[in-house]
Formats: sequence, structure tokens, C-alpha cells
Amino acid sequence: MSSIHVTTQVNGDAVEFLCDTRETLLDVLRDRLDLTGAKEGCGTGDCGACSVTVNGRLVCSCLMLGVEAEGKAIETVEGIAKGEDLHPLQRKFIEHAALQCGICTPGILIAARNLLERNPDPTETEVRYWLAGNLCRCTGYDKIVRAVMDAAEEMREAS
Amino acid sequence: MQYHTPASFDEATALAATATGTTRFLAGGTDVLVQMRLDLVTPDVLIDVKKIAGVHDIVREEDGGWRIGIAVTGAEMSEHEGLCRDWPGLVEAMDLVGSTQVQGRATLTGNLCNASPAADSVPAMVAAGVEATVTGPKGSRRVPVEAIPTGPGKTSLARGEMISALHVPARVRGGGDAYLRFIPRTEMDIAVVGCGIDLTVEGETITGARMALGAVAPCVVAVRGAPDALVGTALEDAALAALADLAQAACNPIDDKRGTVGFRTHVAGVLARRVARIAYDRARENQ
Repeated sequence: MSSIHVTTQVNGDAVEFLCDTRETLLDVLRDRLDLTGAKEGCGTGDCGACSVTVNGRLVCSCLMLGVEAEGKAIETVEGIAKGEDLHPLQRKFIEHAALQCGICTPGILIAARNLLERNPDPTETEVRYWLAGNLCRCTGYDKIVRAVMDAAEEMREAS
Repeated sequence: MQYHTPASFDEATALAATATGTTRFLAGGTDVLVQMRLDLVTPDVLIDVKKIAGVHDIVREEDGGWRIGIAVTGAEMSEHEGLCRDWPGLVEAMDLVGSTQVQGRATLTGNLCNASPAADSVPAMVAAGVEATVTGPKGSRRVPVEAIPTGPGKTSLARGEMISALHVPARVRGGGDAYLRFIPRTEMDIAVVGCGIDLTVEGETITGARMALGAVAPCVVAVRGAPDALVGTALEDAALAALADLAQAACNPIDDKRGTVGFRTHVAGVLARRVARIAYDRARENQ
């Protein structure tokens, strides 16, 4: 089976790639575009380590084919910082030590940013439900939730 | 694997009817991609339905009902004010499926066609009286959604057939629906029992009732006797007890790690009482 040519946008940049029809978007991001921020945890949509947004919608990139990215706008953790300036969520994750091994962190950052874009002032319960599909096996969730709440507060004050 | 993006249902069904080897339709992919990843299903032909016109839309039909396109995601349903106002139980049931990420892709039609006995949206759809348009090479027919699943992972759709739309009835005045499921934790799990109900009232008196159970039999179970237990009552204790008895009598569950036969049967009665109370309150407020 010959590869399919896909034209898409990743973190604001126009991107073209060739991929096999069976490759997931996660495979394409990591193996063809060298964007290794999104991780494969489970490969079946349970852990959220591969979270990205597609046209502003949070999805698991392991549950989407690369060929489905045609004409879409994809955002990954690599696009969160502006050059050397970390996103408030990234700074707060460091400040609160909200990561240990770091495998879940890219997915959680993308998921949390997507929440704060929709709801700048979430309750702790709303944060916990929104992130229920992002599993962390190291730090537990309290530090992550605290970092998200703190980042949300800072972002509200800055806006 | 061939990957197709047909622009019409005619093209999609023609592809499916003439394809050789294992064929799958792809909408949100939250089941198909998992099956591919786990080597449970390796499609030779994958037909992505998301380029077909109208499949992403929730449209008010002339009779006041809602037509839900086959690629509409759970997230899009939860964000749709009109649908949430008319059918909160149906929207809540779909919203229970998976995480935020899964909601961004999973579809109501996919939840139906995956034919899991534990699919959360299906009892809610049966209670709501949702119908599906089935389109195939020989044309289209409209069937109640309960006619689609025929067993775990199996549907009544013939080769070349697909669902082309779901139709939610118009919300009548004095109507309200609800769905609850039992899982052993707060989120991210599969129903041990699910129960959907739709009630209509005049004043305090129930005039119509439809209830369905999930995860207690190979397919969704419509509890046919629900009107006998509820119509003419104001949901007094006796009516709730009669409804719970009917729910338990309708159960034909399996014993597994999620729940025993006895536990599932017991919980079906508990959930029947609870959904009835929620739907009754909603119906009375909607007069």
C-alpha cells in the first residue's frame, strides 16, 4: 500500500507528510515530524499521554489516524511556550513540582490549556473531571491540580 | 489498508457493498482504532464518513425533533443548548462515555454500532424513542435504535448498510428524561448497570413512561411494562416499587468481575427508582 500525502498545520506551521494509512496521528507526530512531546502510554485512549488538540478540540492522538489530519490545525506541547518564555502552566508545574517522571506532563499541559481557554476560572472539581482522562503514576494528582488552579489564577490576573 | 473518504452516503454504501475483506466505517474511531491497535480487527478497507455533507450537524427537524449527524461528537452534543434543554438525560448518557479526549471524538452513532451491552447512550436513546435511518445500496429505512444491536459487538446492519442519521423525537410539554449508571468509581469506567427513562406528566400525574436498561443482558432491554407501573400515578412509593420490580424482572445479566447476577439485578431496581425521580422532576418543571 503506497503512502498517502497529507497537508496539515502543526503548531501554526504548514506541514506535509507521507504516511501509511494505518499510522496514528501519534505515530506521525513522533516518527515523521520529530515532535516527541506527545507520548504513547497505553495506545488505546485510556491514559491521555498522547493528548493534542485538533481544530481546538482535545483528543488522544493515538485514537486518530495520521491521514485524518488532512486540512486540520494540530497543537502539541511543543507549541505551548513562546520561544524561551514558558507558558504559565509550564512555570507553575515546575514551581509546584507537579511532575516526576514527566511522561504524562505534555498531555496534561495540553489538556489543561484547552480547559483554561474554555473556562478561565474552573473549580477544582471541574479541573479534576476535565483531567480524568490523563493518568499520572508518579506525583499523584494534587500537585498537578494545584498547579493548574494557580496558573489559572495568574492568567486571569494577567488578562 | 485502503482508506476512503466518500463525499456521500451513496458513495459510502457502494464502497462498503463492493469492498473485499474486512470493512469498517470510521467516525470518531474511539472503538475502531483501539480494535486495530489490539489486533482484534485489522480492516482491509476503512471508510471514513466524516467528509459526507451534514454529518457534523445537529439540526432541528420540521416536527420539532433533532437530527443528529453520524459524526457529531459527545462534546458537540454537550455544547448544544437546544438538545441539552430538550433531552438532558440523553446528553448526560453520552457524556458519561470516556474522558474529555474521548468525548472530542466519540459519536452517538458509534456508541450504538459498537454494540456493547454496556453502551451508556443506548438505554437513553431507547427511552427517548430515538430512531436511526439505515442507508444501504437498496435505499433507506428508519428503525428504532433498539433494532440495531443484536448481541455483543453485533448489529442488524447488513453488508453495505450504515446508519446515516439519528432522529430524536420532539420534546413534548411535560416531558423529561434521565440516565444513570453504576460504576465502582467516580469516572472513567464501564457501566455495571445503566438505566434510562423518559416520562411525561400532566400536573402531578404521569401520562407516559418509557424505560430501558443497559449492561444487564446481551442487548439493551426496553422495560415494556414501565407505563403499567407509572401511568396514572404521582410516583408514589408503590409506583416506584412496582417500577423497580419490573426493572429487576427484565434483567438477564452475566456474572463477571464487574458485578454478579444478583448485584446487577439489585442495582437495576435502585437505578430505576433514581432515574424515575430525576425525570419526574424534570417533566414537572417542563410544563
